[in-house]
Amino acid sequence: MSTPLATSFLQSESFIYVLYIVAFALFIQGLRGLSGPTTAVRGNRIAAVGMAIAVVATLLIPAEGNWGLIALGIALGVVVGVPAARQVKMTAMPQMVALFNGVGGGAVALISWVEFRSHGSTYGSHTVLTTYESGPFVEHSIVHTGALPTYVAIFSVFAAIVGSVSFWGSNIAFGKLQEILPGRPITLGAGQQVVNMVLLVLALAAGVDLVAGAHSELLFIGMLIVAALLGNAVVLPIGGADMPVVISLLNAFTGLSAAATGMALNNPALIVAGMIVGASGSILTNLMAVAMNRSIPSIVAGGFGGGGAVAGAVGAGEHQGTVRSTSAADAAIQLAYASRVVVVPGYGMAVAQAQHAVRELTKELEARGVEVSYAIHPVAGRMPGHMNVLLAEADVPYDQLKEMDDANPEFQRTDVSLVIGANDVTNPAAKNTPSSPIYGMPILEVADSRSVIVIKRSMNPGFAGIENELYFDPKTSMLFGDAKSAASEITAELAGL
Amino acid sequence: MILASVLTTNLAILVLAGFIGFVVISKVPNTLHTPLMSGTNAIHGIVLLGGLILFGFGDLDAFSKVLLVIAVAFGTINIVGGFLVTDRMLDMFKSRPKPRASEQDGQSGSDGKGNS
Repeated sequence: MSTPLATSFLQSESFIYVLYIVAFALFIQGLRGLSGPTTAVRGNRIAAVGMAIAVVATLLIPAEGNWGLIALGIALGVVVGVPAARQVKMTAMPQMVALFNGVGGGAVALISWVEFRSHGSTYGSHTVLTTYESGPFVEHSIVHTGALPTYVAIFSVFAAIVGSVSFWGSNIAFGKLQEILPGRPITLGAGQQVVNMVLLVLALAAGVDLVAGAHSELLFIGMLIVAALLGNAVVLPIGGADMPVVISLLNAFTGLSAAATGMALNNPALIVAGMIVGASGSILTNLMAVAMNRSIPSIVAGGFGGGGAVAGAVGAGEHQGTVRSTSAADAAIQLAYASRVVVVPGYGMAVAQAQHAVRELTKELEARGVEVSYAIHPVAGRMPGHMNVLLAEADVPYDQLKEMDDANPEFQRTDVSLVIGANDVTNPAAKNTPSSPIYGMPILEVADSRSVIVIKRSMNPGFAGIENELYFDPKTSMLFGDAKSAASEITAELAGL
Repeated sequence: MILASVLTTNLAILVLAGFIGFVVISKVPNTLHTPLMSGTNAIHGIVLLGGLILFGFGDLDAFSKVLLVIAVAFGTINIVGGFLVTDRMLDMFKSRPKPRASEQDGQSGSDGKGNS
């Protein structure tokens, strides 16, 4: 079937290029689809098809070889990746994304390393201009004819540094969210910035040296290690509350490093897909940071949470008052006789896997004619949209989910706000206390409602490490306990009323 | 001069792709940001292609091959894991907007399960 003619056509540069172009179109169409709830599933699948086409096109490159090893690598990836993606709990989604992002960065760093092992001896030599034009995909022929252009070395070294930072940074982010590592900032104190700077300069210096023609693999490995230390040093001091922004930032980094790999390998598919991710990741990072009223530089500077706790403790002195604690039975009565209840879910609900219990609770309320809605803060649950995913999993109707801007005006005519495991996003200090570290952050104005019930494990401050004035408000009552069991208890009490 | 054309063509692709990324993404509603992050995360798994291309190099020693197998495995995890996870997340949104109208059968079936 595969006559020489057909083979040569399928393996021609033009045909491979055309396949790549089809893949780009599918990536872009897929991302467009991801912009609406009704088209998102299709969008994701379209992008996946684009990816499959890009992979097949690459395998058609005539110089391709080592098929057994390629099959081994892909098989390993499938065996690890598919079960991980299938079995992860919805609540563990942020760290799963961090992990997948990390391996992407790791792949970039390893690819740059192999490139250096193959071509590093030509870095820094005088470029033989014409040899590079031996075909976009047949780069290896250069090895025999002369040197690589300097820009190839630059992009390759850039990809190595960024990929290594992304790999280690993502792993630390995973460790923090998975609670393998403590979520609080781990910092060297005032010296942290200096250390980060020194590491960055060292990595860059090694990179420049390599581009200039230091044919030393040890130096390259040293650069990867310094970049790895930098990834650790940058992410370890960042508090858990900022972690989604960090993951998003590292996601953008990995995209950029993939694009750089594409520039070095002269492969348009890598350039386009990597750059689109780089651009979109940057936008997403910025949106998340804005929603938390944090700037990206101050997040990367780290230490938030540590310093915040001190400031919060000072602030708490002023607001210290009595905290009213309540029981599930009292809470049930309060809810049963309300006409409007707004549920404010937060990370605590996600951690306790309480979304189904909460849904049962609200079903019980609806059966009694109580009007129920859910107010979702943009960064509730650590990542924008995370809370919607969890509630959708629990079959909460889409139209009961209210975004912050729609929810806030309605708190004034709400009888009971039921805050479940949410903390910082309800803290009135963001509106009233200019000295607070979260001052200016948009919040859900829960304090406007006629009464508030807060389900919370303890009085410990949240991830940002700040006391919440709301808990000292006379109209607030606290129901201490695990979100899931507390919600179930209230439901049981309601059923018995 | 020919070299300049390779570099500048690729730079042009790079810049345009960046703009497309900005334009396409800036329209996504808040609620879809997590799936979007996961989806773009899957797309940068395209680094897999880098590993595949390098496997075509004739001058790989054993250690390079080991590194590349790991790189290809990492890239594959990134791709299949990323798309699968995104699909799982989005599946939860799918039936939400109009659950009763279009999927009467599936809906009542799952309701029955949920109540039992």
